[in-house]
Amino acid sequence: MSQIRYTKDHEYVRVGGGEGVVGISEYAQQQLGDVVFAEAPPVGKVLKKGDPAAVVESVKAASDVFAPVSGEVVAVNSEVESTPGLINEDALGRGWLFRLKLADPGELGALMDESAYADYLKMLD
Amino acid sequence: MNVQGRPTRPETASAPSRGTFTGNRGLDMEEALIFETGRPDATGVDIDEPEPFQSRLGPHARGSAIELPGLAEPEAIRHYVRLSHNNYSIDAGVYPLGSCTMKHNPRLNEKIARLPGFADVHPLQPVSTAQGALEIVEALSNALLTMTGMDAVAMSPKAGAHGELCGMMAIKAAIEARGEGATRRVVLVPDSAHGTNPATAALIGYSVRSVPAGADGNVSAEAVRAALAPDVAAIMLTNPNTCGLFEREIVGIAEAVHEARAYFYCDGANFNAVVGKTRPGDLGVDAMHINLHKTFSTPHGGGGPGAGPVALSSRLAPYAPVPFVRREGAALRLVEHAEGGASFGRMCAFQGQMGMFVRALSFILSHGADGLRQASEDAVLSANYIRASLNDLMSAPLGDRPCMHEALFDDRWLKDTGLTTLDFAKAMIDEGYHPMTVYFPLIAHGAMLIEPTESESKASLDLFIMTLRDLAIAATAGEREQFQSAPARAPRRRLDETRAARQPVLRWTKPQPA
Amino acid sequence: MRYLPLDASDREAMLARIGVPDIEALFADIPADKRIEGLLDMPLAKSEMAVERAMTGIAQRSLAAGAVPFFLGAGAYRRHIPATVDHLVQRSEFLTSYTPYQPEIAQGTLQVLFEFQTQVAALTGMEVANASMYDGSTACGEAMLMAHRLTRRSRAVISGGVHPQYGDVCATLAHMAGDAIFRLPPDLNASEDIAAAIDDETSCVIVQTPDFFGNPRDLSPVAAAAHARGALLIAVFTDPVALGALRSPGEMDADIAVGEGQGLGNALNFGGPYLGLFATRARNVRQMPGRLAGETVDAAGRRSFVLTLSTREQHIRREKATSNICTNSGLCALAFSIHLTLLGAAGLRRLAKVNHANAVRLAERLAAIPGVEIVNTHFFNEFTLRTPRPAAALIEALAGRGVIGGLPVSRLLPGTGLDDCIIVASTETNTEDDRAAYARALAHCLR
Repeated sequence: MSQIRYTKDHEYVRVGGGEGVVGISEYAQQQLGDVVFAEAPPVGKVLKKGDPAAVVESVKAASDVFAPVSGEVVAVNSEVESTPGLINEDALGRGWLFRLKLADPGELGALMDESAYADYLKMLD
Repeated sequence: MNVQGRPTRPETASAPSRGTFTGNRGLDMEEALIFETGRPDATGVDIDEPEPFQSRLGPHARGSAIELPGLAEPEAIRHYVRLSHNNYSIDAGVYPLGSCTMKHNPRLNEKIARLPGFADVHPLQPVSTAQGALEIVEALSNALLTMTGMDAVAMSPKAGAHGELCGMMAIKAAIEARGEGATRRVVLVPDSAHGTNPATAALIGYSVRSVPAGADGNVSAEAVRAALAPDVAAIMLTNPNTCGLFEREIVGIAEAVHEARAYFYCDGANFNAVVGKTRPGDLGVDAMHINLHKTFSTPHGGGGPGAGPVALSSRLAPYAPVPFVRREGAALRLVEHAEGGASFGRMCAFQGQMGMFVRALSFILSHGADGLRQASEDAVLSANYIRASLNDLMSAPLGDRPCMHEALFDDRWLKDTGLTTLDFAKAMIDEGYHPMTVYFPLIAHGAMLIEPTESESKASLDLFIMTLRDLAIAATAGEREQFQSAPARAPRRRLDETRAARQPVLRWTKPQPA
Repeated sequence: MRYLPLDASDREAMLARIGVPDIEALFADIPADKRIEGLLDMPLAKSEMAVERAMTGIAQRSLAAGAVPFFLGAGAYRRHIPATVDHLVQRSEFLTSYTPYQPEIAQGTLQVLFEFQTQVAALTGMEVANASMYDGSTACGEAMLMAHRLTRRSRAVISGGVHPQYGDVCATLAHMAGDAIFRLPPDLNASEDIAAAIDDETSCVIVQTPDFFGNPRDLSPVAAAAHARGALLIAVFTDPVALGALRSPGEMDADIAVGEGQGLGNALNFGGPYLGLFATRARNVRQMPGRLAGETVDAAGRRSFVLTLSTREQHIRREKATSNICTNSGLCALAFSIHLTLLGAAGLRRLAKVNHANAVRLAERLAAIPGVEIVNTHFFNEFTLRTPRPAAALIEALAGRGVIGGLPVSRLLPGTGLDDCIIVASTETNTEDDRAAYARALAHCLR
């Protein structure tokens, strides 16, 4: 059973089996506008929590995506590199960016769950 | 995560109105690409075939075809004239772009720039045959020194951002000369700075540390003191700043920066507000670039060329780049090599934007001391007139406070209308105005930055104001269609910028046979 | 004052609306002790007639190239520019418009840039070009930085045939950024061993063709040597008309082509404003600096052009931008594009042929003078002379006899043992009389 966690920076990590799938949230894709380019980190790269990991660009804005938790990159979503619009259409599904093998599952405790993130978004407005 | 995006593709497609056969609409004309109308063997230049001769190209001759179309002269003129119909320009109307200073481009300057003694002089002619050219450099340099109250001017930078690079390179050279190059690696930049500031710092290996502005829109000396540390090389401040305000604590800021043994770089993009009213040198500035294409009226030409000479304090003058002009009695000498001095090197080939120097000097001679001061006063007066005429309808992040040469509004007043700054800007196009600068500076949400310059008559300002009031009233009254479908009367409606970025087509390619 | 439309009653009415007693109230934020009474060291406003008189006087104190037999190039070339070009660039809509940030009312500028980008790509044999940079020398520096980003290395190798001032610009950038740079010594005969200078830390090799001394070079072997070590080849040119006669950088496997575009459409102007041309392979486009015009459609489905891939640039990326460049050389790019459109491929080839023919004829005449030697085996419209006397003094003497004979190499490369060399250029603007005058004057000065 996978669980989803969010960062204050609007990244999500969907955890299951010791691995986490990382992407940007529904809110982030809406704010960014039409995504025109996405660049994931190379497979094998070791990331610490908070490291700049990926880049997502719309026409008017370029955004760094930071690693929500520490881990090694084991897969990247090549579909999103050729069809960046997937991030707008399905940010939480087919618009995922990369998958990490988690180094320290304890880090998840510091992140927000779905309802905490929803409250956080209300506070931003 | 940067969440500053906005819509970049038209929300609704428009049904094309009953078209004409040609696609033209009276004087509003469609024009194909030269690659679609020209032919490789057509030409608008007659060149005599040379008499037979022995080629010395050897094996280097080009055998491949060059895919370039030609047009006879009448066709070429028609092509570019028709294209020009689709451009707005200062000559046609108000161009209220904040931070760009779109003032009138005097035609006298164009005539003078084309005199053979200016236009037809090669940069590497024997210096004895180019004394007039060097006199222009010296004269403009002296005028800029008078206006800035500083000690030297580096004339070679080719544009404002190039001037920023020059100033920051001089600072870096000065710090290295003190032996502190390894320790001073940070540059302080306010959040409201133009993007070229942090980009310039990063280009020469500095990291950028942000300095916050206060709620009043100004950077305080206290905030600067808090950010200063032994690792700081310089601060880059724009004055007046990008919100249109004079940095009133600038003297205190300069003192703090110098006490910390760092340098003060001033972005001079907004110099038009203060020429003849104060001098950056008196305020403690160490280096300031001047955009000749802003303050001194050289034409923007659809995006360039610019020119960015940099005024330097006595602290930085020894490090100025080559080349520079030096008077030796009756003659002028061009110093092209560092000659054992402390110059940090060369920024570009040859001497700099001579063609723009001639135009800027013409502008300065035409205005004179009294005209230049009047121009700054009129620029500030006009911006405040607009601010005072709109601030009952449009929200200003800085409230009622007087501005300098540009007035800043934000989008809070549009909050319940469902409309954005972009929608408002596009509606201005239908009224025959180029929109103001939008979404800059980043610290104002949905920023609208209006800079009328001193070139507008009161009648022109009044019509502009009344039009914006009319639009603002319509927007807050619930009118939406007019804004969201704008521009409806320009040569093009809103473009699909998403598609342009997702599927870049950056050149014409010959269509392949099916 | 003729450029200031407001009068005293306007100003009074405006101050009243604002609600301040006088204009000084709007300058209240300037510290009182830093306000000045005015620009006391500067004369007052002048009429158009007076300004024209003053500036014309200064203009008369330079020698115009067209007034004498003129044979100077070395990075800037005297061309005949068709009357149409200057007439069109002075149209209000081109001259006084701004960067096309509102594309709906800037399709003129944007379509011109799209055509210009295509022309530059075709000329250089590359896949994509940008909407111009300041000039050839800064474009060269930017290419070097782009190569560093693409290869994630930071050592540049610069051929001894590259224009010395271009090399200096790269050196300044490298020093300031803390990057390594290796400059080969001046290479008069195009005989240097560039491959030997390339190592595994090298990001790029920068080679000019035709080089500073006039030698056209085959870049294919250099490209191969660079690529074998994971480095890129940057090809540089200083006269775009050369590409009407010589193999293009693209055909010789260059990764980036940069050059000076002044030689088409733009006057000499004592060194500026000039025009930086920058082209590369499509796969490198996201690392290319400068503006880019791209094709799209509008809401009514009509073909349109817009500035695109802007996230590379400073106004969005700020400290992570590919460059700090903001302005391009728009009006100069327009002039270049108009001139090239008037020429077309056939016209360009013929123009290049005339340039070469004139240079060949001049070389034959000068080589016939006792003591004068032409260094180059091959050349396009520029070659290097060796003379029995120091070249700098000779050039001054020739100028005294009303001939601008070229560049004494020692002016740009002092102390390199090339004090007897002159770089001579010949374009379509030279006549048989010019050549005769040069030969006569040179023979006289060498007596």
